[in-house]
Amino acid sequence: MRFRSWALLIAIGAAFALIALGVLTAPSALPSNAFGPRTVDLANGETMFNIGGCSSCHATRDEATRDQATRDQDRLRLGGGTALRSPFGTFKVPNISPDPQTGIGAWSELQFANAMLKGVGHNNQHLYPSFPYTSYQRMSLDDVRDLYAFLRSLPRVETPSEPHQLPFPFNIRWGIGSWKLLFLDGKPFQPDPSKDAAHNRGAYLIEGPGHCAECHSARNVLGAIKPSSRFAGGPDLEGKGWVPNITPHADGLAAWSAQDMEFFLQTGLTPDGYAVGDSMADVISNTAKLSADDRRAMATYLKALPPLAGKKPKK
Amino acid sequence: MIRIIAALAAVAVGATAVHAQNTQAIAQRQATMKQYGRAIVVLGKIAKGDIAFDLSTIQATLKTIEETSQKAKTVFPENSKTGETNTLPAAFKSKSDLFARFDALARDAAAANSTIVDEASFKAEWVKIGAHCVGCHKDYKKPD
Repeated sequence: MRFRSWALLIAIGAAFALIALGVLTAPSALPSNAFGPRTVDLANGETMFNIGGCSSCHATRDEATRDQATRDQDRLRLGGGTALRSPFGTFKVPNISPDPQTGIGAWSELQFANAMLKGVGHNNQHLYPSFPYTSYQRMSLDDVRDLYAFLRSLPRVETPSEPHQLPFPFNIRWGIGSWKLLFLDGKPFQPDPSKDAAHNRGAYLIEGPGHCAECHSARNVLGAIKPSSRFAGGPDLEGKGWVPNITPHADGLAAWSAQDMEFFLQTGLTPDGYAVGDSMADVISNTAKLSADDRRAMATYLKALPPLAGKKPKK
Repeated sequence: MIRIIAALAAVAVGATAVHAQNTQAIAQRQATMKQYGRAIVVLGKIAKGDIAFDLSTIQATLKTIEETSQKAKTVFPENSKTGETNTLPAAFKSKSDLFARFDALARDAAAANSTIVDEASFKAEWVKIGAHCVGCHKDYKKPD
């Protein structure tokens, strides 16, 4: 008799706790009064598009088109479709072209900013952090608004987005709310007053839109970046290999000068004459389009990162 | 009985011969890429100012890149698709595009040789050469 009462109490308690958690972790949105009138800077929007690496995930890849000139145009066609494999299942990258039916053409500026800065979709649903809003949350609202304008200037692609293929329990979006409580701090970028403008610009580009740490770090079992390995390399989440350590540690880029790094971001060539391929080649196609000053800023910040150990485990 | 053994032996020899061709082409391919790498290191160091600007060195290096590009088209035989190679199967499916890339690099290296006359023209032209490396690797090289 008593046992059944206790069991019932515990069950009701657990139900309340889950409801409370659901309420606590419900998607939050930016206030609409944050979007006052302003003059759009499309050139800045393009810079954000380049450093943000939108095309690397969202461009529709046409395997049959191998021509270089066509591929340069491909990166502006953000119809999605790429499959991103992960330990949590396979994510299907959505269409973010300005098509109103299949893309984000019907999204308001507020909805776009909510996605970038809060990881919340236009139906007020949590977005999966395979979309790296954990980094994008550092972006300024002005930069996000310029990016919104630039994306709307790109060609419409009429490819419907496919649903993600995630097993239980990862297919329960609601659960992302708890993940965000733990791993999304919601803080904008804070410049370091003791450092110069180049360092702070580089820090902003790398920690925010560049989202470099999202690939170049190891993650915990819940898929969040382990702070002790930030930029120190980690396994490629798709299971394809190892993403290198880019801190100035012996395991990483200690031997590289700032100029080597700048040069690399422009050409994809390491000081040893090695040319990157695969995902990093996509990054270089974007960073090559930044200004020399921005690449210099990124190199300045990279040189100043705390050196952290981390290298590919021996087979 | 002896005919069966002879037939099996012939097949074995044939199989090893094919296998030897595979590994030889793959080794040649890797040597070709290393040749490119050595050339690009020289141009990169001049671009960064690590070694002094020297027009004759630049011209010789660009010539090497041009010649290597001609040789590169001979190291992708059909029977070298499998084995210890970093080349993606896509490279063999799109052979004409692959070869077009090498031709484009040879053309650009030859053009650069006549256009580059001083440091300013070198700085402007050399990046176009370097861009070929990642462009091809992005499409035709396996992830590390």
